[in-house]
Amino acid sequence: MTAFDPTVPSRPGVDAHTRILGIETSCDETAASVVVGGHVVRSSVVSSQVDIHARFGGVVPEIASRAHVDLLTPVIAEALVEAGVEGPELDAVAATYGPGLVGSLLVGVSTAKALALVWGVPFVAVNHLEAHLYAALVEDPSLELPVVVLLVSGGHTMLIEMEGHGRYRLLGSTIDGAAGEAFDKVGRYLGLGYPGGPAIDRIAMEGDPHAIAFPRALMADGLDFSFSGLKTSVVNHVRKHPEVATADVAASFQEAVVDVLVTKARRAAQQIGAKGLVLGGGVAANSLLRERFLSACVEDGIHGFLPSRAMCTDNAAMVAAAAWWRLGADGPSPLDTGADPNLRLQLLD
Amino acid sequence: MCRQARVELSEISCVAVDHGPGLFTGLRVGVASGKAIAQALRVPMIAVSSLDLLAFPLRFTDRRIAAVIDARRGEVFWAFYRQVPGGIQRISEPTVGSPDELAAELLAQHGDTILAGDGAIRYAEHFAQRPGVELAGGDHAYPSARSLVQLAHAKALREDWVRPHEIELLYLRKPDAEINWSMRAGA
Repeated sequence: MTAFDPTVPSRPGVDAHTRILGIETSCDETAASVVVGGHVVRSSVVSSQVDIHARFGGVVPEIASRAHVDLLTPVIAEALVEAGVEGPELDAVAATYGPGLVGSLLVGVSTAKALALVWGVPFVAVNHLEAHLYAALVEDPSLELPVVVLLVSGGHTMLIEMEGHGRYRLLGSTIDGAAGEAFDKVGRYLGLGYPGGPAIDRIAMEGDPHAIAFPRALMADGLDFSFSGLKTSVVNHVRKHPEVATADVAASFQEAVVDVLVTKARRAAQQIGAKGLVLGGGVAANSLLRERFLSACVEDGIHGFLPSRAMCTDNAAMVAAAAWWRLGADGPSPLDTGADPNLRLQLLD
Repeated sequence: MCRQARVELSEISCVAVDHGPGLFTGLRVGVASGKAIAQALRVPMIAVSSLDLLAFPLRFTDRRIAAVIDARRGEVFWAFYRQVPGGIQRISEPTVGSPDELAAELLAQHGDTILAGDGAIRYAEHFAQRPGVELAGGDHAYPSARSLVQLAHAKALREDWVRPHEIELLYLRKPDAEINWSMRAGA
């Protein structure tokens, strides 16, 4: 058992045995998980709606909300059975309350509050971004601070300094779209379907990553990102060279994105003297990013926290893990907490 | 609320929910909460339509009852009811359509009708001038939890209940994306 981080004030009842049910419904995954003591995952059930949304080429909010209402009850039941835990034995119920799709978030938040009320245990509202930060730490709790977290998903591309639990500084972020969104858009443009990330990952393995020199925006300075120019270059290149091999375009595009992400993450780690680099978010499932991220950490002699693929994409284990730290630091959330679709990470300063 | 009723949550033996039609997000908050309470207590559920809840308080009339809910976007949800011993009986399928469609239907029917619900109030000018049509007024604008437990109680006596995961919401309207999709697919 890992020692507890001294930066978390000990709160009576929050310890290595605390069992938390986490619920995640912020986008198109309906998920529930039981995590003990902040990092022992007893169950993690994810029901993906990706097939339901695929024909629309993206997540449709109303369809997602409807699916969450139907799927969440059985997903929670399965998570409890798999964990071998009866509802009343839980110590808290947590749910993502933002950022995300408001209709989807409300299903998870309403459900978690009702469960907590009936079982007579605290409700914990969890920030989805913070949950992603904890995804890597669930599997590798040997945390030495400070760390830099590279959070890359369909909605976010950020570099965050984590100075302590709940203590964050934003080092850089995208000035236009997110990296994951670029994957989806390019995937769709290349006719690879939705979601674009896994499709590009697959086809890029057969292509030449140096076939086309796509631009790396803002590469020379700072820690911010920009991907809109890259998307345009891909479209322009394919228009100008319709005979180009799709695999080469995908591989070269992926190379450009990963190159920027890893270069900036290293720069950030160096700037603040980080002890470790943490990768999080859905794009962290990308094969090339994982490979480059790890070799960069080895080269720079810092600890690399690389979550498993299942932990990168939306799941509820990371929600329950983040809730354990939040419960220890802040106590329960009020039962009148609503969903906040534009919730941001609470930053220092 | 349980404190007010002097009921422990653990004493509850069935959870009733209004399963629509209505505004989608609000509906889901109620249904998700109800399902979670039932799941946590391991008790069955009863789903009652919001249209039934609007018609039920008017059950002592010998007229036909129309429950009409504002569906936004210039449309209403509606269903017709008649009095039966001990309550009401629905005599038409819940429908979504324009107030004019409902007005046309009212015109085609014989006998008198009383209209309840916020849809009837919002589009009063479409219905009020029809002969034999009366608006029930502000007291009957919204479904009440009181009617919900009364109607659910009758169903509970018949053991007409479902398990939480079997609850189905009565949306009456497809998501816009699906409507657009089928139009494109049909074109």
